[in-house]
Amino acid sequence: MHSAISLSLSSPSPIARSSAVNDTCPSPPRSLRFCGLRREAFGAGASSAATSLRLTSSDSRSQHSNLNGVFAALKGSSSGFDYDLVIIGAGVGGHGAALHAVEKGLKTAIIEGDVVGGTCVNRGCVPSKALLAVSGRMRELQNEQHMKSFGLQVAAAGYDRQKVADHANNLASKIRGNLTNSMKALGVDILTGFGTILGPQKLKFGKGDSGDKIITAKDIIVATGSVPLVPKGIEVDGKTVITSDHALKLEFVPQWIAIVGSGYIGLEFSDVYTALGSEVTFVEALDQIMPGFDPEIGKLAQRVLVNPRKIDSYTGVFASKITPAKDGKPVQIELIDAKTKEPKETLEVDAALIATGRAPFTKGLGLENINVQTQRGFVPVDERMRVIDANGKFVPHLYCIGDANGKMMLAHAASAQGISVVEQVTGNAHVLNHLSIPAACFTHPEISMVGLTEPQAREKAEKEGFEVSIVKTSFKANTKALAENEGEGMAKLIYRPDNGEILGVHIFGLHAADLIHEASNAIAMGTLIQDIKFAVHAHPTLSEVLDELFKSAKVKLTAPKTVAQAVPV
Amino acid sequence: MASLSFSSSVSSSIPFLRPSALLLRPRPRPPSRLPPVRAKIREIFMPALSSTMTEGKIVSWVKSEGDVLSKGESVVVVESDKADMDVETFYDGILAAIVVSEGETAPVGAAIGLLAETEAELDEARARAAAKSPSSPAPAAPVAESPAPAPVPSAADLTPGKVVATPFAKKLAKQHKVDVGKLAGTGPFGRVTPEDVEKAAGIAPAPKTNVVAAAPVATPVAAPAAPAKAAVSYPEIPGAKIVPFTTMQAAVSRNMIESLSVPTFRVGYPIATDALDALYKKVKGKGVTMTALLAKAAAMALVQHPVVNASCKDGKSFTYNSSVNIAVAVAMDDGLITPVLQDADKLDLYLLSKKWKELVEKAQAKQLQPQEYNSGTFTLSNLGMFGVDRFDAILPPGQGAIMAVGASKPTVVADKEGFFTVKNQMLVNVTADHRVIYGADLAAFLQTFMKIIQNPESLTM
Repeated sequence: MHSAISLSLSSPSPIARSSAVNDTCPSPPRSLRFCGLRREAFGAGASSAATSLRLTSSDSRSQHSNLNGVFAALKGSSSGFDYDLVIIGAGVGGHGAALHAVEKGLKTAIIEGDVVGGTCVNRGCVPSKALLAVSGRMRELQNEQHMKSFGLQVAAAGYDRQKVADHANNLASKIRGNLTNSMKALGVDILTGFGTILGPQKLKFGKGDSGDKIITAKDIIVATGSVPLVPKGIEVDGKTVITSDHALKLEFVPQWIAIVGSGYIGLEFSDVYTALGSEVTFVEALDQIMPGFDPEIGKLAQRVLVNPRKIDSYTGVFASKITPAKDGKPVQIELIDAKTKEPKETLEVDAALIATGRAPFTKGLGLENINVQTQRGFVPVDERMRVIDANGKFVPHLYCIGDANGKMMLAHAASAQGISVVEQVTGNAHVLNHLSIPAACFTHPEISMVGLTEPQAREKAEKEGFEVSIVKTSFKANTKALAENEGEGMAKLIYRPDNGEILGVHIFGLHAADLIHEASNAIAMGTLIQDIKFAVHAHPTLSEVLDELFKSAKVKLTAPKTVAQAVPV
Repeated sequence: MASLSFSSSVSSSIPFLRPSALLLRPRPRPPSRLPPVRAKIREIFMPALSSTMTEGKIVSWVKSEGDVLSKGESVVVVESDKADMDVETFYDGILAAIVVSEGETAPVGAAIGLLAETEAELDEARARAAAKSPSSPAPAAPVAESPAPAPVPSAADLTPGKVVATPFAKKLAKQHKVDVGKLAGTGPFGRVTPEDVEKAAGIAPAPKTNVVAAAPVATPVAAPAAPAKAAVSYPEIPGAKIVPFTTMQAAVSRNMIESLSVPTFRVGYPIATDALDALYKKVKGKGVTMTALLAKAAAMALVQHPVVNASCKDGKSFTYNSSVNIAVAVAMDDGLITPVLQDADKLDLYLLSKKWKELVEKAQAKQLQPQEYNSGTFTLSNLGMFGVDRFDAILPPGQGAIMAVGASKPTVVADKEGFFTVKNQMLVNVTADHRVIYGADLAAFLQTFMKIIQNPESLTM
């Protein structure tokens, strides 16, 4: 019944909206563009009346759905199960799913065996942002020329390691508290213990002893996340050979640290450590550091983030053996050639950070009870996050989101996947477009991206037979960036000149991580370049870097819009 | 990344060979002492990537020293005030030497690298590069390979036969061309630290001076040079404010100290200016300035006295300049600069005046290109315009002579017959390098100059 209320409020609104658009908008139907989740028709020339209608309808909807959540929690599941939805793992993915489930009126529980917040909040993105906030300031204060160019005089900048570490820790607890409270306030049951699936729609939770409780749920989401991946031969002692888990506690700042792996995690830590005075050596198995970034962005990033800093690198090598410092000897890293496996050098450093990636955490989940075999530890799923068993069949009512399925190992991707699953279980067919999920690396300056890299786009274009165009803009031409004395950087747009579709956007520069969303939203909504280029950006802001990017793109429209207009003869 | 090609054609010796200089005005010219082979070594210039660019930063060298380049290949990435650009070569050859290394800045037009045509020229190019870059430290100071320096932990801790250097130490070593293999590390576990490398390179830690950008600012100053006292502590006067030198002031200071090594002498000459003043009145309306008149007159006199336009660069030889480039001192808010009127002997007064106006505007906007302030062969300093009746100037290093022009004012003079008349007269005072210019040379030059000023019609021709 409650869900009926929510439906009656939410579903007519798109209809009302589209009719309003048609009534009030005098432009010909050809200017109507279908965007968003392709449920809403929203005219390019939509009047403000239509917009305001949209705002009011969504307001009332959220109010009512919050109410629904409270009712649902009080009443219990409407489906005959203990819960409508149980989520295993209270990381960012589980949290996002839980909040959306409550909004949709589902009776929801979340099982957490460790601390609420998962990797991101406790051992990942959140504390690392605190450290990076410190490193960014240190870097700026230490850069005498930069300060002088502002006319500022700064005496030697220093730091208190313990207080920096405290800042990171305090931030994590604060965000953890916020997450916990937000779920409690909405009536999500937080169940403590490890969750194990016993069979379809049935699971237990607890410490794994006789005190475990068995519950049933209409739908189950696995969101157990991941742990740092430590390759064979590497002995992690948590002091001199560490993973990101330890590094974020910042228990000591080594003079010289080797970072094994030069992806996001390695790069962010190199930013932190070099700002705090360490020298860094990258050990990368691939032929170049910073693999995975668009090559051009990677090249620029290397020029700015690596070359001028106290960093060197070994590429095309594996760290076959890493021994922690002991008996008066430094950390020993044995390198072998990544291809021939021949021994190369041995590095002697003060510490080694293992940032080779992350491994899914699916142990003890009871996947064997439902005949699911993990692939390299990941839970196999389809594009709707439905879990696939060993026979290639869907396990009914079981979904897996986030790092555990390995589709895109980012906190916000997990959350988006969770929301997508909740949409599906409440009757809305929904497929998440992973190409619209942005990613960011919070170095100074930041790197961000969404969609395809240039090589990926070119490959796709060749396969599907379309043309690819590239445009670039520089932060050097942006007023706000210059005011900040931060002109270093570029934005790159990869698009189809034939129809104006955005294939990928990559940004390197000041606040790149905050700037990417205009592009990621455009991709999610299916907005085309010829439309978004008319959007207005406040001046002077960094967002004009993207504005200029869209404006400099050249779309060859085969059917010009002007045809419909009367041509005076 | 946009691409741009630069023309790396002219070697610094080319002004000697500039054909116009030979064809237009044949005159006794000392033979060029430069071996012809030099023409095959090309300089790679800092290109002007935009109209507002005055200097560029080398982002990275795509090629390393010794790499073979073919036409159209990108060689270096340069950052301008607008963007980063890949710069390509126009010529085939070998990248013989990198003069301005990564991360450093060089003014537009300055040589940033040398391109040799064949391997045979590599050594010569390298020698030239070494001469060009005053920063290039003495090749790795031979540091004794002491087997166990005191602060190093026991030899057992050291992995034998292997040098451990920290990332920054390696970077510095590459920059200063120090072989880390020859250093004894003083860091933990005997590793080579950045300090070790700096010590070996013979530099004090952390000074990041940019050698190439410090283009010589020619600097005549109307003040007696203070004797260079090394590290004398002066009594402190309470309440004094210490204001560090700007880049320009620091350059002036450097040049002033340098000038002390040149043996100079001074010769003065009174010159009547009535005729010049009359001419000035006539042409003033056409935009001709007094500076242009004086520069033109000096240039014309210099053509007849090439030795005064010469200089002594190495203490062993004359360097006769083929062009007459008159540098004129201009006071700035925070120092002074000497924009150069190139080929002042060949330009007419109107062109010269126009050129001068442009140069002054550029100087005030700090947009002078290096060759517009450092290519002078003779300097003119006119404090006369401020009423100063006589002064002498300090000879800017690298030039042979500088002329200090005093104010023209009515003076009682007695002629040959003993009659007194009142004539406008100015005192000019030339400071010259006695290694190349002798008293009689200056006297002859001044006589010619006087004749031109007193019969200024030739100036307008």
